[in-house]
Amino acid sequence: MGEGMTAPLDRRAVVAALLEGRDRLLVVSGLGSPSYDVMAAGDHDGNYYLWAAMGSAAMVGFGLACAQRARPVLVITGDGEALMGLGALATIGAKRPTNLTIVVLDNGVYGETGMQKSHSSYGLRLERVAAACGFARAERIDDMAGVAALRGRLERGEGLAFAAIDIRADAPPRVLPPRDGVHIKNRFRAALGFSPI
Amino acid sequence: MNAVDVGPGNAPAWQEQVYAVLKRHAVRHIVYVPDAGHAAAIRLAEADPQMNAVALTTEEEGISFLAGAWLGGERGALLMQSSGVGNCINTLALQSCARFPLLMVVTMRGDWAEFNPWQNPMGRATRPALELMGVMTWRADAPQDVEPLLHGAASMAFNGDGASALLLGQRLIGEKQWVKE
Repeated sequence: MGEGMTAPLDRRAVVAALLEGRDRLLVVSGLGSPSYDVMAAGDHDGNYYLWAAMGSAAMVGFGLACAQRARPVLVITGDGEALMGLGALATIGAKRPTNLTIVVLDNGVYGETGMQKSHSSYGLRLERVAAACGFARAERIDDMAGVAALRGRLERGEGLAFAAIDIRADAPPRVLPPRDGVHIKNRFRAALGFSPI
Repeated sequence: MNAVDVGPGNAPAWQEQVYAVLKRHAVRHIVYVPDAGHAAAIRLAEADPQMNAVALTTEEEGISFLAGAWLGGERGALLMQSSGVGNCINTLALQSCARFPLLMVVTMRGDWAEFNPWQNPMGRATRPALELMGVMTWRADAPQDVEPLLHGAASMAFNGDGASALLLGQRLIGEKQWVKE
């Protein structure tokens, strides 16, 4: 959560707004609450939910964006998950895929483990890290107008983008996505026209 | 890093064979943390307009990258040094749970004739660590074994949605000269 913020946003409302009316968007969600948020917005064949491998969400999205250059790819994760894979921002910033957006739902705490403070609460600004790593657009969003503007850009693939969105540190009821990684992999690939081996 | 001159024309043949085998298996993404033993493959990948070569900050990034690339329908391979295997352990759960093709080519340190003892603990643990996490492993110590073993590892990764690693022994790579004589 940003310093001086007065009204951090509701995470479910943010994710629902980002995914509303999605068209060609492919989505990768980081483990924990972001996966529940994406599921709560509606299960979709174009979603890949991570349940483990903390720190990996951005790189899964990057690999997908490199293989599907004509499709916009959105990674939705949390500040703790992003912090565990901070080097990924450097790796992605070096290649600058134009069809990748990384959204960090930033509440400054580890929601899954008891709301312990993350580095965001001690002043780290993830969007500044992303900017330093070469992201063409790196911003912090603290209102729904900003979320709506980001939603408008998501499908257009206008360049590598990063957004940290200030959300409230709360834990809405869990909405669990499928946990069978092979099932969601095959479902995702089938939606892109690929068969199982 | 092993300091070996592997500029164009100077790389041992097996190093270029690594790249040729990856190409034959329709690999489109080569993701790597550099090592001298991979210098030829990295140089060839970076020069190949059909190949997406991605330098990583740490090896586990490569596992998640290749998971994403396979979701998007394309094959890749991860090149790294044995010390990086230790960095990969938790992320290997992604391969176990999602079962995507994961092909790793690992140059050994802490192996034969290692000068730096700080390399030895991870070098000794490399193969058991991979096997603990369910990765199939093979090891090449002679140049003529690299091509067939890599072909086999790639076949089992790509035909079986499996995790395969080929370890390239330090005797194959060559003894690192630390002090000029």
